[in-house]
Amino acid sequence: MNAPAALFALESPARRMWRRFLRHKLAVASAAFLIVLAVVAWAAPMSERLLGFDAERVDLLARMAPPSLAHPLGTDELGRDLFLRLSYGGQVSMAVALAAALGSAVIGTLFGLLAGYFGGRLDSLLMRLTDGVISLPLLPLLIVLAAIDLEKLGFSAEQAASENVALYRIVVIIALVGWTTVARLVRAETLALKNREFVRAAVALGGSSARIIIRHILPNAISPIIVATTLSVGNIILLESILSFLGMGIQPPIASWGNMLTNAQDLIWTAPALAFWPGMLIFATVIAFNFLGDGLQDALDPRALN
Amino acid sequence: MSRFIAGRLFESLVVLLVMSFVIYGLIGLMPGDPIDEMIAANPRLTSDDIQRLKALYGLDKPLLERYGNWLAAALQGDFGFSRIHARPATEVLMPRLVNTLILMGAATALALLIALPLGIMAAWKPNSAFDYGVNLFCFAGISVPPFWLALLAIILFSVKLGWLPAGGMATVGDGIAGAGGFTDRLRHMILPVGTLALLTAGGFIRFIRASMIQVLRQDFIRTARAKGVGPARVLFGHALRNAVLPFITVLALSFGSLFSGALITETMFSWLGVGKMIFDSVLGNDFNLALVGLLFATLMTLLGNIIADVAYAWVDPRIADTPERARP
Repeated sequence: MNAPAALFALESPARRMWRRFLRHKLAVASAAFLIVLAVVAWAAPMSERLLGFDAERVDLLARMAPPSLAHPLGTDELGRDLFLRLSYGGQVSMAVALAAALGSAVIGTLFGLLAGYFGGRLDSLLMRLTDGVISLPLLPLLIVLAAIDLEKLGFSAEQAASENVALYRIVVIIALVGWTTVARLVRAETLALKNREFVRAAVALGGSSARIIIRHILPNAISPIIVATTLSVGNIILLESILSFLGMGIQPPIASWGNMLTNAQDLIWTAPALAFWPGMLIFATVIAFNFLGDGLQDALDPRALN
Repeated sequence: MSRFIAGRLFESLVVLLVMSFVIYGLIGLMPGDPIDEMIAANPRLTSDDIQRLKALYGLDKPLLERYGNWLAAALQGDFGFSRIHARPATEVLMPRLVNTLILMGAATALALLIALPLGIMAAWKPNSAFDYGVNLFCFAGISVPPFWLALLAIILFSVKLGWLPAGGMATVGDGIAGAGGFTDRLRHMILPVGTLALLTAGGFIRFIRASMIQVLRQDFIRTARAKGVGPARVLFGHALRNAVLPFITVLALSFGSLFSGALITETMFSWLGVGKMIFDSVLGNDFNLALVGLLFATLMTLLGNIIADVAYAWVDPRIADTPERARP
């Protein structure tokens, strides 16, 4: 063993991960971009004060205005400031995606742990379910799920008509279909961990299944969960934007990047520029989350040497 | 092998049955019901009439019984009437199915034409500038919002350049030269097929590249190169065959996501396919049509899965003989 290799062997795991992550230039740039994006989006009330008007102010005399000092990115078809609307839309799109990704990570982890640890019939059943959900044409199903009448599910008319219900609904339905990748990865990891000495020792010492799963398997399966969840955030932002664009997701007046494009198709002949920014931001955010996931995979996977 | 296929067919039938129940239940949860539509059309209906109509159509019965009745009719080929089109739902579905298969087939073919050379060349020199560029293209392809890509294509090719039609299946009108002819139809296909192909190619390239890199590391490739076989023959003669075989299953399994992509492409370009039909029927409360559309989309995906499994078993005969539980 030569000298540098010996030095690296002494490096702490966290440092090694950090070093590996930094080597993935695109992932580092993506992380920086996402942080800036989040700061700008959540600073929307301050931007409003700075510009002197709020995101919902309609100005029919300044419709579809080009970028100017008053409107950094111009205005939309109702004369609302595009930059402010994009900021609020970004809050919604990112918050919804993070919540749905966390939800699907929880479901996927639970299924993966149970299937991998207990095996047998439960494993067959859960994996069949996973395969089934993976192979379904998801978008048409999501459209039907988004169209469901909540009153028929026993919610009161008031609850069903409230503005925020579209937010919760989209988080729930995406989490319901988005857990499959995490489930498969966690199951594979659990299968491998189940036969490792430290887990067998815990079994031999009489540890309960619940304790072994939570104390011994879950912490060691955390890397694939983090990677898969990061990668799924991108996908979920895409799904949310598609549904919102089609009018089945987040409903105006709440802005999301997807529903800001709903009118764009009717306006492509008069104002094609309006279609640019919301789509560009979705694209950039999704690709950034994908690069980030890729970089985390390099950093967290101990098998991927160099 | 035939036992394996029979087993998979049976399994898929069970899945289809379960899915038909789930879809039936979900459609029943959509806002309104057929009687509401009748009340809207004829406000003079009394509550007695409504009760009678509900009994007539069996809407007062519990879900399981309604599903049983629907299933019995469906098994005889009766999927009910489409409300929007005022025709039997299957009659609306069939031409749509053909259009979707044309779109998906052409897009898959184009995606393969893009993905095979790019994936192979990227695998030949991993970590080269070319590989890096291809990798960026893949990430872009899987990250771009599909409807936005379609919008940009329309803005560029229809609005700015005026080269291609912005949507539809053929030019409408008898007086226009070439309307509805073969080249006219072809011109209408370019944008939807191109968009769907670009959305699909990224995933294909990543798989082909990874699978080629794996194959190129193997001993028989080294042997071939040591014997003095040229790069082209090594790539296309020796490596490609082995790398492409697992890709067949990926191709068949990508049916579900391809269909989702087709739904957006069809909606954006007014391509009269099953995806747009499902979307329009959900919006228009056309319950029977939405139901039959979703069922056929599921059926096609399940068929895709069976083809994938059979192809895999055909490539690697050990699969069919391995009991389910022992498979990785």
